[in-house]
Amino acid sequence: MAAEEGGSPFNIHPMDQFVIKPLFGDGEILWYTPTNMTLWMGVAVLAVIGLLVLGTRRRAMVPSRSQSVAEEIYTFVHKMVEDIAGKAGLKYFPYIMTLFMFILLANIVGLLPLSFTSTSHIAVTATMAIAVFLSVTILGIVKSGTKFLSLFWISDAPLPLRPILAVIEIISYFVRPVSHSIRLAGNMMAGHAVIKVFAGFAGALGIGAVAPIVAIMAVYGLEMLVVVIQAYVFTILTCVYLNDALHPGH
Amino acid sequence: MAVEGDLVEMGALIGAGLACTGMGGAAVGVGHVVGNYLSGALRNPTAAGGQTATMFIGIAFSEALGIFSFLIALLLMYAQ
Repeated sequence: MAAEEGGSPFNIHPMDQFVIKPLFGDGEILWYTPTNMTLWMGVAVLAVIGLLVLGTRRRAMVPSRSQSVAEEIYTFVHKMVEDIAGKAGLKYFPYIMTLFMFILLANIVGLLPLSFTSTSHIAVTATMAIAVFLSVTILGIVKSGTKFLSLFWISDAPLPLRPILAVIEIISYFVRPVSHSIRLAGNMMAGHAVIKVFAGFAGALGIGAVAPIVAIMAVYGLEMLVVVIQAYVFTILTCVYLNDALHPGH
Repeated sequence: MAVEGDLVEMGALIGAGLACTGMGGAAVGVGHVVGNYLSGALRNPTAAGGQTATMFIGIAFSEALGIFSFLIALLLMYAQ
């Protein structure tokens, strides 16, 4: 079989895997149409329920494997919230645990072959990031009143510099949801796009496809690490922002 | 010799290639964070465990900018 090159180098379409398609038929996508995005988000939620609820159903003193995993994750996130946001932050632990579990499992489910990564879409991650931003800001204003503004007015700096620093701080405060969302979406999209591009090479090379396949294995392993780290980073940044809101002031 | 094709597409692809140079800075930044963490951890191993969280936050911030530039490159290449 002769090695086949495409006429142009762009027979590879790595971005096609991110297109949202309706599941049944080809009609337009309305808010109630089941699409591949909703299916895989549902799978992620079911996986969370399966791990946390069904895993700990027996409540054994000597835990089974799923109960161990569920308890480990719970302790991990609990410790993270308590370390970073303090005792006052523990009241918001359910929200942060929800974020962590959904992002972790949505990312992991996206690694399965033929699946769809819901967190690779800006729509999903921006919703979560804006929700975090709005809730943290409103929380800070409600809890601390005008002391919330001391987040921007750095009293450790010399007095002439403070207005300039305040402007910079305000700008970087409003950039937070942007970077928060793009970080997760970009990481997920980049990982899967790279795998698809290498797969395109493997398809075009005939017997020499061993090299791209080994590269795919390496990138896939890296992707598994990145998936867990990105879920962790999203959650830990949420805790840092929460801490800023609950205990403002430099 | 005649060059065929779309000038706009050429511009988009050249821009994508240029955008990828941003990832070099991100790689250096991530390596800097982790290298500093390692050198500190080898001097003071018991204090190192508590700072892994900080290291991961630092990695995330510096990697994010590399991802932004990769995103621009991907958008230019496939979603002109």
